[in-house]
Amino acid sequence: MSNGHQCDVLVIGGGPAGIAAATCAAESGASTLLVDDNPRLGGQIWRSTAANDIPGQARRWLNKFKASGCRALCDVHIVDCIGDKVLRGESGRGIQTFMYSKLVLATGARERLLPFPGWTLPNVFAAGGLQALVKGGAPIQRKRVVVAGTGPLLLAVASYLKRRGAKILCVAEQAPWERVAHFGVGLWSRPTKLLQAAAMGAALGAVDFKAGCWPVAARGDGVLREVDFHGSGGRFTLACDYLACGFGLVPNLELPRLLGSEVVNGFVAVDEWQQTSIAGVYCAGEPTGIGGVDSALAEGHIAGLAAAGRRHQARSFFRSRATAREFEEVLSATFRLRPELRSLCGGDTLVCRCEDVRFDRLRQMTGWREAKLQTRCGMGSCQGRTCGTAAEFLFGWDAVHTRPPVFPARVETLAADTVASTN
Amino acid sequence: MPESIRLIINRESVDVPEGTTLAAALLRLGKAAVHRSPSGELRGPVCGMGVCFECRVAVNGRGHMRSCQTICEPGMEVRTDE
Repeated sequence: MSNGHQCDVLVIGGGPAGIAAATCAAESGASTLLVDDNPRLGGQIWRSTAANDIPGQARRWLNKFKASGCRALCDVHIVDCIGDKVLRGESGRGIQTFMYSKLVLATGARERLLPFPGWTLPNVFAAGGLQALVKGGAPIQRKRVVVAGTGPLLLAVASYLKRRGAKILCVAEQAPWERVAHFGVGLWSRPTKLLQAAAMGAALGAVDFKAGCWPVAARGDGVLREVDFHGSGGRFTLACDYLACGFGLVPNLELPRLLGSEVVNGFVAVDEWQQTSIAGVYCAGEPTGIGGVDSALAEGHIAGLAAAGRRHQARSFFRSRATAREFEEVLSATFRLRPELRSLCGGDTLVCRCEDVRFDRLRQMTGWREAKLQTRCGMGSCQGRTCGTAAEFLFGWDAVHTRPPVFPARVETLAADTVASTN
Repeated sequence: MPESIRLIINRESVDVPEGTTLAAALLRLGKAAVHRSPSGELRGPVCGMGVCFECRVAVNGRGHMRSCQTICEPGMEVRTDE
């Protein structure tokens, strides 16, 4: 029943960081296995479409990955660690166990969703969430879409959806104009970023971009009908089919935390070789700092080469990593969240959408642990991945919630543990 | 053009292009909501990447399957719970 795998280097996560790490490790001669939770490789940024149409950079990397001889298993989510250097995962093909010598964690990031009245209505999506659904074949032609929240992802999403036939009513960026403009000017020193921005600008054309603007309420009758915004000229309302709303990215730290890797200021701490506080466990990409694809590729190269014992080669990527990390700092300063976003909830606004926990109940709690025990906040299917991130921002709590299984698992998966340990 | 896949959603036959995710297939059918929250609110997909679990449906009798992480397959039987 159990499906055992052994390798020198195990890479968790098939986005740019994981693909670069796995390719480099395999090219160095290490027996390498890449495991990903999604049905297809590429992660979020290189997600292919239903029509299998993917960007050039992604195609080149996926080809390089295939040529490296690295094995890949998709649709497997890691649920726990069942021994020294043994992880267990669950998939449609049954329970899988992974024994490794070196481990590279490239678990990526998710979007930060913030609650406001009406945010639980169907057709209110995360920003990248709507893009992912459209890539999966969701209808977008002639849909009236508002893209809101913060960060460069908003423009990328808006330009993609527009190309696919959406009517983008507005892009609402919470950061003030001064900071967004400063960020735009800063791009002149980064030619590749500037090219991306120019391509997006051309695709967006006459789209209405509003800085210092954010959603305050969504309304509808079982499905989204209209959204109220706070803008520089006061409050306004837009009738729309879809709201795509994300407030930046947060790293997926469940697996690094499960393994005991040290986390400092919300990110996995790594040394110059991308090694975490646990010897032989490396980390690359968004979990070490939100820096986008350039940062992920540089860190992935270093982690994969170092894990395969090729430190001298890894060193040649130090410079591109340093450049990418400067960009991380610019990103986080430009798109830091404004305090007004903490006061969007009404008393009856749900913060935990799995367990339907209202804002007014959580406000009475002293911390995340009490909230979990008293209200079941964070105890539902998503295990606090959505509301924990929101609670950290709204209440300043440290919503660390890692305990095995780190991903909702089936009883038979957990029961297999007993079988394994009694045999 | 990609091949067409026929699956069954709430006893209704539905054709979608090969490679379509189940969440996208449900949206194509006009199903923005696929389940109800504990207090009875209608809910549909949000994160599109398998994190939020709001798109969960039953697939071939197996509950709590994230439709955004499931690629449509021929003959797949899907139940929503809205």
